[in-house]
Parts: sequence; C-alpha cells; structure tokens
Amino acid sequence: MSELRLMKGNEALAEAAIRAGVDAYYGYPITPQSEVMEYLMKANPEKTTGMVVLQAESEVASINMVYGAAGAGKMAMTSSSSPGVSLMQEGISYIAGAELPCVVVNVVRGGPGLGTIQPSQADYFQTVKGGGHGDYKLITLAPASVQEMADFMKLAFDLAFKYRNPAMILSDGAIGQMMEKVELFDPVPRRTDEKVAEQCPWATTGRKRGTQKRVITSLRLVASVQEEFNIKLQNKYKEIQEKEVRSEMLQCDDAEFVIVAYGSSARTSMKAVQIAREHGLKVGLLRPQTLWPFPSKQIETLINNGVKGFLSVEMSAGQMVEDVKLAANGGAKVEHYGRMGGVIASPSDIYEALKKFAK
Amino acid sequence: MELEDIIKDENIVFKKTKLLNDKPLSYCPGCGHGTVHRILMETIEELGIDEETIGIAPVGCAVMAYEFMEIDMQEAAHGRAPALATGIKRVYPNKYVFTYQGDGDLAAIGTAETMHCCNRGENILIIFINNGIYGMTGGQMAPTTLEGAKTSTSPYGRDVSTMGYPIRITELIAQLPAVRYVTRQSVHTPAAVRKAKAAIRKAFEYQSEGKQGTCFIEFLSNCNSGWKMTPAQANKWMEENTFKYYVPGDIKDNFKLLKNPIIE
Repeated sequence: MSELRLMKGNEALAEAAIRAGVDAYYGYPITPQSEVMEYLMKANPEKTTGMVVLQAESEVASINMVYGAAGAGKMAMTSSSSPGVSLMQEGISYIAGAELPCVVVNVVRGGPGLGTIQPSQADYFQTVKGGGHGDYKLITLAPASVQEMADFMKLAFDLAFKYRNPAMILSDGAIGQMMEKVELFDPVPRRTDEKVAEQCPWATTGRKRGTQKRVITSLRLVASVQEEFNIKLQNKYKEIQEKEVRSEMLQCDDAEFVIVAYGSSARTSMKAVQIAREHGLKVGLLRPQTLWPFPSKQIETLINNGVKGFLSVEMSAGQMVEDVKLAANGGAKVEHYGRMGGVIASPSDIYEALKKFAK
Repeated sequence: MELEDIIKDENIVFKKTKLLNDKPLSYCPGCGHGTVHRILMETIEELGIDEETIGIAPVGCAVMAYEFMEIDMQEAAHGRAPALATGIKRVYPNKYVFTYQGDGDLAAIGTAETMHCCNRGENILIIFINNGIYGMTGGQMAPTTLEGAKTSTSPYGRDVSTMGYPIRITELIAQLPAVRYVTRQSVHTPAAVRKAKAAIRKAFEYQSEGKQGTCFIEFLSNCNSGWKMTPAQANKWMEENTFKYYVPGDIKDNFKLLKNPIIE
C-alpha cells in the first residue's frame, strides 16, 4: 500500500531506495545530504529487505564499491554533495566505460571548492557535460519536490538497468532539506540471485563451468576497439535522447516567454510565473525533469508555437542556458538569470528579471 | 610404445590448470607475476571454488590479469581494487573474492582503500605483488623502492630525506585487529613456490569459514627488466637486499601477531 508521509527530501529518497529493492548503499557523510545515510542506518534494511548500507572511508571508495556491486549485477547506489561528487568523477567515468547500471545522487551545494552548504545548481556542467574523463553521458534526473526525490529513485534504477548506464539524481540542498508531503510507492522486493542472473547475463557472479568467463572492464588498449566501443556508446546515448526525455510544462499554451528551470529554481519560478500572469505577462514554465537527455525538442516546439524568448533561471552563473541556446538555435532570444553561491532567487527577483527580459 | 599410449589420463602426473588459458603472458620472463598467477589459479581449481570466485585486477603490470585467468573478473581503477572487492563481497557474502595488486596500486594510490578494507575485516584475500618499482610505466620509484635504489624517478638513488622511506605496508596492515592472516612470501625458488601456494590455500580456506577477517599475502618479486638485471641476478639481488628489509615469513595468523623482527 502506498503511504502518505511528511518527510525531508533526503529521507524520502532513502526510504524510496529501500522500497525500490536496492541491494546496496555505499556512502560518505557530507552536508547537505547526510540524512540519506543516517536514515538508512536507522532503518537498518539489512534486517528487513537485506539491503546493505555501508559507510565507506571516502567518496572515492564509495563509488568504487558501487562499481563492484553493480558489476556483479546488483542494484547499488551512493549519494553525496558537490565536493564529494567531484571525488567520484574518476569512478563515474570507469562505470560509464564499463557500462554498469547504478545510481549516484548529488544534493548540490555552492562551490567552487569547499564552497557553502547552501543549495546551488552549479554542478550542471559537471553532470551533463562529463565531469570525469572521456566521451560519456549520465542519465540525469532533476527532482523539484520531495515527491520526485522518492519517485526518481525508482525511475533512475529502471533507466540505469534498461540502458546499462549510470544515472544521476541531480538535486540541490533545498530539495534535500525541505519537508513536504510525499506519497511513498509500494515496496518492491529485492531481486533474487536467479533474477539477477537472468536480467544481467554480463554480471560477474562466478563463472559457471562450460560457460564463458565474464569480465567487467573499461580498458580497451587497441584504438580501433576503443573507437568501436565509443560508437556503440554514442548509439546508446542517441536512443536515450530519443526515448527518455521527460519534462513538464506550465502555462505554456499561450506563452510569449518561457522560463526554463529545474529543481528548486523551478519551484520559485512557478510563483514568478503566477506573479507575471497577474501583471498581464504571458509567461510559461518549462521544467526539465531529465537534464540529460535535455528537452530540446520541447523548446523547438515552443518556438514553433510562437514563444519569443526563453529565460533560463538557475542557481549558477548560467550553465543550462547553453543547452537552451543550442536547442533554440537562434529561433528565439535566450538569456540567463540566476543567483550563485547558495543564494536562492526569490519569485519577485525572477519576476523583475522577467520584466526586463520581456521588454 | 607410441606417444598416444603414453598420453592417457591415468598416466598424467601433472597438467596445467584449466583456469589459466594459453595466451602468452604479458609479463617479462623471470618475473614473479606469472608464477603467482599460476599458483593462484591452481589453488582455486584444487579447492573447486572457481564457480564462486570473483577476482579484481589492478592497474599496473597485472592490469590484464583477466586476460589470462579463466574466472569472472573485474578491472579496477588504480588503487581501488579493495573498494570493488568490498562492494562485491557485501552483496555476495558467500562468494570468494580476491584482489591482485602491485605496490604502487596497493601501497601508494590505493593506501586508503587498502587500509580501510582491512580495517573493516572484509572477508576477502588481498594479493600484493611487491617488486619495489613501477614496472608497467617503465621503472619509476615505488613506495616500496629500497633506500638508495636507482629508478627513473630516483636516478641518484632513493633519498629517504626527501622521498620518504620504503613503506612496510604489510606490517602496518598486520596491526589492524580485523585482519586475520598476513604473510610475506616469494616465488623465486621451487621451495618458495610450494610455501606460497600453501599460503594461498590457507587464505581461501579461512575465507570459506565466512567469518570477518581479511587475509593478506605479500609476494616479493623481482622486476628484472626494471632493475636492469637478468632474472637470475635479480633473484639473487632480491635475496641479498629485499629480504633484509622485507623479511619473508608469516606475520599474523588467525588474528594473532607472530614473532616478527620488524614489528619487534
């Protein structure tokens, strides 16, 4: 039975992990997401579902523990915040190179460096443009509510396993810390070892005699072999781009101007849209739920429907705005408005920016 | 008597383990890696645990270990093998897991992962090949390079005042209470190979008991190409120099520290 609760975003995500039948969580504490591991440790799912929860010695170790468990076909995840996720980039690149399904959660805080512990969206580039080395992509989900913190946990694993690709939940300190009503989905039992074997014929679970050994690696020493693999990856990414874009539109039907915003910025922008409408501005909101794949087609469609401009509202110096510009491809005016370093733009700030933009 | 009459199952007194394939090893002739690969795979076959074993390859000379070992394996980023092993063992506590790491991988870049894996007492086997040099990248200084030894990044000899001392990480690991078995072996003579193989067997037998407790086996090896010696010269040099600083023998067994000249 689904269940209604008042929870923090981080707690909802942790509870959803247990309910989604996750096999292992490996992590290292960092503000503002420590509640994820704290919740899991307290819930002690090892006694109920059998889910492993382990506090590692670092984020470097955490992501590599995820690599190991994912390489053995298990549903493995980790969570962290910006500085910790920077440490994980090596492991994420290897996971992408070994095509392993797993989920990494980033509850973003302000940077660069040790930065602040307040919410930020300045890790957009790191997440959707690479972060680690090599040509790879992370399926990136951007929750804008505590409800989506829970729901995206399951979705992220579904997509990760469907495409044998790491998935990132790119949240922020506000979504992680705020409390909201959340409807928790019914628990799904953890997969049995037989089910894992059936679902993951590539997983290293011990070579059965008379069968081929399985190797999980990202090493391809011969250039032509590496290129062939890269082409395969790019084809996979193309398929994901075609099939897995998710976004929400609010009051876009008659909009002349559209705010593009995700996560916390989308929440404040919703209010800004309301204020703008009250003042007679025809404004809508496009809220990407997947940042990669990015809803480029949706932007094209809005331009065809007569939208004159897009204002990308982000808690950063302007990162997603580049993807909005690429999608608009000169067909509409595109600008950025944002606050940085852990400061959240208020709805009235956004409305003022919108007024200037719409002139 | 024809050859076919001789080649019969009942006449076979020795054959190569099926768990090593026929690909030419990527190691230099005379290096210890090949022998350790062999006795490791032989032991897994003799114990009949090949269907339940997952190995982790490092970055270093043994980066391609999975090309030769006919069991399920994962390739780790440099130094991260113990983290991968932890990840696997925690979700498959009944399977056998080992890492295979060199001195740079285990005692430099992966020190944190190694120490903490051992400190948690992960019920795995760590195999540590110590040849006192970075072989794969062409002979640079390793954390275990002996004082005064010349390498391409210590061309005037390792100066401990600026480069630090060669690290006896095996002795450090032996101090951790969750570590069950620590031994230092070599494979440079037939007698040493037999002892080394017995150590591997013991480690897997401990692992089969399903208790917490990491097993850690260091193998001293020559790196004849890196040391710029013939294999025979390199083994002699190893006996005369390496063995004095890294003393072979058991250091800890069943959680109990044994008599060890370095620790004392």
